[in-house]
Amino acid sequence: MLYAILCYHSEDVVGSWTKEEDAAVMAKLAIVQQKLASEGRLGPVARLLPTTAATTLRKDQEPPLVLDGPFAETKEQLLGFYLVEGGSLEDILDTTRELAAANPGGAYEVRPVGAFFPGALRP
Amino acid sequence: MTDIGWIETAVSAARPKAISALLRYFRDLDIAEEAFQEACLKALNLWPQNGPPRDPCAWLIFVGRNAAIDVVRRRSREAELPEEAVLSDLDDAETSLADRLDDAHYRDDILRLLFICCHPDLAATQQVALALRIVSGLTVPQIARAFLVGESAMEQRITRAKSRVAKAGVPFETPGPVERAQRLAAVATMIYLVFNEGYSAASGDIARARLCDEAIRLARLLLRLFPAEPEIMGLTAMMLLQHARLAARFDADGAVILLDDQDRSLWNDAMIAEGLALIDKAMRHRRPGSYLIQAAIAALHARAARPEDTDWPQIDLLYATLEHIQPSPVVTLNRAVAVSKVAGPEAALAMIEPLADPLSGYFHYFGLRGALLTQLGRVDEARDAYDRAIALARTAPEAAHIRMHLDRLAASPATIPASGG
Repeated sequence: MLYAILCYHSEDVVGSWTKEEDAAVMAKLAIVQQKLASEGRLGPVARLLPTTAATTLRKDQEPPLVLDGPFAETKEQLLGFYLVEGGSLEDILDTTRELAAANPGGAYEVRPVGAFFPGALRP
Repeated sequence: MTDIGWIETAVSAARPKAISALLRYFRDLDIAEEAFQEACLKALNLWPQNGPPRDPCAWLIFVGRNAAIDVVRRRSREAELPEEAVLSDLDDAETSLADRLDDAHYRDDILRLLFICCHPDLAATQQVALALRIVSGLTVPQIARAFLVGESAMEQRITRAKSRVAKAGVPFETPGPVERAQRLAAVATMIYLVFNEGYSAASGDIARARLCDEAIRLARLLLRLFPAEPEIMGLTAMMLLQHARLAARFDADGAVILLDDQDRSLWNDAMIAEGLALIDKAMRHRRPGSYLIQAAIAALHARAARPEDTDWPQIDLLYATLEHIQPSPVVTLNRAVAVSKVAGPEAALAMIEPLADPLSGYFHYFGLRGALLTQLGRVDEARDAYDRAIALARTAPEAAHIRMHLDRLAASPATIPASGG
């Protein structure tokens, strides 16, 4: 089963990391990612720009309404995601724990993927 | 991160919100700061054992408020608060407090806190120092280092600024739309001052680069509170796009490297991407203000893979718009750089001729004048201009840069293409 691991963290906190702290977290995460990649389990990984860069299209009306900012005002924000192959929920939770050890604070939402189209971006 | 590193991060992340909420309760900057300090001490004691609270910011506000109520009561010789229940039953109280404190609630609090720091009675340097101390939570030694002044001088500057603010009285009424817009504009200017203080430091000094990071952090905070303000997007974008070049702006000896000569692979791609995204968002509002235009100019530089790819005609156009909405000799001077690329040095020189008087004390005026005259082969006049520039340089790297041009003039007169901007 393919899982999306949605990364939530307080933007205030992540935004107050120094460059060195940020780089240290990324380096620790890279180790976990390399392991997943070597097992052939790692799909696309994305780190999102801050929610201040977000725009939301409300499509519950016609024409849709374009709003500045993220969809939801929450205490912790969606800051990135992974797509990871996991044998079972327990497996994927183990993976998530490894990521959590590398980057404590906030939360990971583990969400099974229904349909996945890898797509093809032109380089 | 060290064992208490995560606490420091959580506390510093919560600081602007927590202090501004405490300021609303106590209407006194000193008490609000002390209250926050108390709460931080308690956090250092309690969090390592208990783990982080679900909402650190709400925890700090709650604990800080109780601690300060205690102090305020003691001062007024009233009965002290009972010790029990202050911390024991925190979770419930904290949760309900957190529920009430959504961002909309913080919005005017944080704006007020920032606004206090830009009181018109305060000099620009005082505003910047106060904001860095109170909102960003930098220590006095850190701020002193950034300003290149002694610690006691900085301590004095901040204390004086605080007492001025206290005397002036803090505006506690909820602002109306017009007032809110005015406050927002004043705060944006102050944030840009913080940024410039760091940016204009003509070396790769870490303490000063930190000011740029802080300014960007404050701007993002403001933008989260006011997500639909195109000028705040523009301000944030402009700072991101300029700061993205930090690693390329100075050589190993701390000497300035001009835009044309910078190694563009050293530019920070994530910052540029964020800046460009913010400009796109702001453009949709179709109300271009001066920050957005300056951001758009910075974006045209950022988008050029090589200096020769720079869209100078578009930059010239943007400066013309900026001249229109915010006329100033410095804007015209900057436009002249674009004009020199589009129409040649002669046209640019004609453009800056009338600026000789208003910019007679401005380093960059003579720097550009020298460069244009060099391009035109008017070596003697170029040397004069460069001499004036050196006399007006505020930093050693600025002076060194001009000296380099003078050396080149001496080496092979009239054959050197000048580099603007």
